[in-house]
Amino acid sequence: MIERDLVIVGAGPGGMGAAISAHENGVKDIFLLERDQYLGGILNQCIHTGFGIDYFKEVLTGPEYADRFIKKINAIPEIEISARSFVTHLTKDKVLTYFKPGKIETVKAKCLIMATGCREKTREMTHIAGTRPSGIFSAGLAQKLINIEGLLPGNEVVIVGSGDIGLIMARRFTLEGAKVKAVIEIQDKTRGLLRNVVQCVTDFDIPLYFNHKILKIFGKDRVTGVSVAKVDSCMREVAGTEFKIDCDTVLISVGLIPENELIEMAGVRIDKKTNCPVSDETNKTSIPGLFVCGNAFKVYDLADSVSKDSELAGKLAAEYLRSAG
Amino acid sequence: MKIYDVIIIGAGVVGTAIGRELSRYKLDTALLEKETELAFGVSKSNSGIIHPGTQNPPGSLKGRLCVQGNILTRKISMELGVDFKETGELIVAFTEEEKLRLYGLKKEGESLGVPRLEIVDSSWLRKNEPNLNKEAIAALFAPTAGIISPYRLVYDLSENAARNGVELFTETKVEAIEKKEYFEISTSMGVFRARFLINAAGLFADDVSGMLGIDDFKITPRKGEEFLLDKKKEYLANHLIFPLPARTSKGVLVIKTADGNPIIGPTAEDIEDKDDLSTTDEGLKKVLADAKKLIPSIDERDIIAYFAGLRPVSGNDFIIRHEEKAPGFINVAGIQSPGLTAAPAIALMARDLLKENGLALKKKLMFHSHRKKTIHLFAAPIKKARALIKKDPGYGDIVCRCEMVSAKEVEGAVDRGAKTMDGIKFRTRAQAGRCHGSFCTTRLMKILSEKTNTPLKEITKRGRGSEIVKKDRGDD
Repeated sequence: MIERDLVIVGAGPGGMGAAISAHENGVKDIFLLERDQYLGGILNQCIHTGFGIDYFKEVLTGPEYADRFIKKINAIPEIEISARSFVTHLTKDKVLTYFKPGKIETVKAKCLIMATGCREKTREMTHIAGTRPSGIFSAGLAQKLINIEGLLPGNEVVIVGSGDIGLIMARRFTLEGAKVKAVIEIQDKTRGLLRNVVQCVTDFDIPLYFNHKILKIFGKDRVTGVSVAKVDSCMREVAGTEFKIDCDTVLISVGLIPENELIEMAGVRIDKKTNCPVSDETNKTSIPGLFVCGNAFKVYDLADSVSKDSELAGKLAAEYLRSAG
Repeated sequence: MKIYDVIIIGAGVVGTAIGRELSRYKLDTALLEKETELAFGVSKSNSGIIHPGTQNPPGSLKGRLCVQGNILTRKISMELGVDFKETGELIVAFTEEEKLRLYGLKKEGESLGVPRLEIVDSSWLRKNEPNLNKEAIAALFAPTAGIISPYRLVYDLSENAARNGVELFTETKVEAIEKKEYFEISTSMGVFRARFLINAAGLFADDVSGMLGIDDFKITPRKGEEFLLDKKKEYLANHLIFPLPARTSKGVLVIKTADGNPIIGPTAEDIEDKDDLSTTDEGLKKVLADAKKLIPSIDERDIIAYFAGLRPVSGNDFIIRHEEKAPGFINVAGIQSPGLTAAPAIALMARDLLKENGLALKKKLMFHSHRKKTIHLFAAPIKKARALIKKDPGYGDIVCRCEMVSAKEVEGAVDRGAKTMDGIKFRTRAQAGRCHGSFCTTRLMKILSEKTNTPLKEITKRGRGSEIVKKDRGDD
């Protein structure tokens, strides 16, 4: 079996940042696995600005932000990239199995950094009742359809939850000529950044309902509407406040969950509520030499924070390799 | 115009099982389905249980066909390469009074011919079903119960039927039927003629029967809401777990499935609207509470999907009969639970009814009884996966990360007839996992678009009217 000093899974901002940092800290053999054919991860579909203010002191789009890291990585010969590589198994001894078009490979990592990012919570996880027609999307899928594929998912949109991607998509849909009819948030405040509320919702006169929840989704083949009601401080529906909004599209933006199924398979202790590794120190897990960074370690608001976190992970990995000899 | 020997209305598990059975004979047979794909009606929300035959009234038609169907399904699943797994089932008792009822159920099952029934005690349960509520004192163990994928069974039955000459027509909704010299069936796709007509129209069997003036039964949809758990919970239970049956249903169960994800449910509620597939907050509460009574460790957070299905109910038993008022017309109606299990036995009964009423059945010289098993990477051991990928690189191109489905499998599904995103999901499981297609939807749309030569904006979830997107900006 091939053994590598450092294997990193995921080449979004977390994985790329960790690879660069590990190299800067003296690691000479770095193997970066990415399931997509491109580096950059979700940054590629985030064509809005707001990236890099903290980290580069510049205002960049997602692809521009990714490009800074991609250029650096490509200039470092000690980082080997394996794209279209999908990790399916991970053991506690840090043996990874991954699928690629044409083969299945196994690699043992002396040190491993998991930068697998997160996924969006679904309609099903929030248990919204009603029918299951077409027209229900996670905000990130809608973003991918519009920004990458050039497809407009719908014309009249209701956004459930005020997570950042949902807020950003409120503006994106509006700019594409669709009508965003409401953003519905069950809490009394936004889940996203204040700047996104102002720039993406308020500035476009999109109604934002706090303390409201979606009761039901309607429609047989395609979404035809949703019913909404006010909730009290215990998130219970207030009788008599129900109203209906006609729409053809529902976006779900109720939060993110770290994608940690692989480290769970390896036996890393996971917090069942948050799906984050149980840890006293940033990036460390219950398995020595197995680090988790970026949104897989903890869901961050900003890519800039992911980059900072992954810098540390690269450093920790280098220290681990040095001490392990 | 072509005159078919037999036309079957409805391509769910009953219609396709009959179609496949008839494809052994020298007959011109056609299957008409109103939806875009097969199994999109009642069958798609079936739990996938192959029942042993318990919980049916002694002397009932459905009980007899269930016991027979349980045996026949094993052979069919081998021939068609559909995974059938004998898991066994436990009907659990919590009180002495309930335990007494188990003996009654055992006796009833035995009178129907259910083999190897056994009452097991609490120490057996601790050992063989460790997650079961510790308060359970006994259970009726039916070892012949099993699980199968209901939709893949339908697809594979239809594929095999088609290979043996049965013609399939989708998006073909029956609008009127007249009995002249032949049955003249007016549909959304034109007029069909047949000498014999079988009504396997599920929820709409009463409407179809009514078109020939036979309106002595009514189909009432009995809604069942079901909740699917994460695949991580595959080994939550070793058997199918049942409470003691209620009057209108078998109660809320913990169900193992062929795909690995356990299901909890279903509810049972008689409703009016044959299109009402909505789920409710009350349904979730009830199912969760009832399922936790059986297995207390079930957690609400493990739920990754939910859906509702409608059982086509007419009275307490199946209605399978030749109609003297319209000679040549056979009703196969009210096929509620255990319809999936009974389907192959129903097919034999329908065949016999055709024969008794004048259809000559001559066996074909060449009947292709077997089909090549469909490959599912998620079910393949790593060694097999390695060999597959070596042979075809497309198997290494993972499209759906949650359920581990490759591009090759998706392409195969489209080659075998998937026309919609749901069709791909039912055949391959892509989009059926915890992210619900957030990551793979665009890739699947592109594969479907390329292979069927359909513009992206015309790709649908489950047929016309359910397009995924509204506009392709490339068209502007």
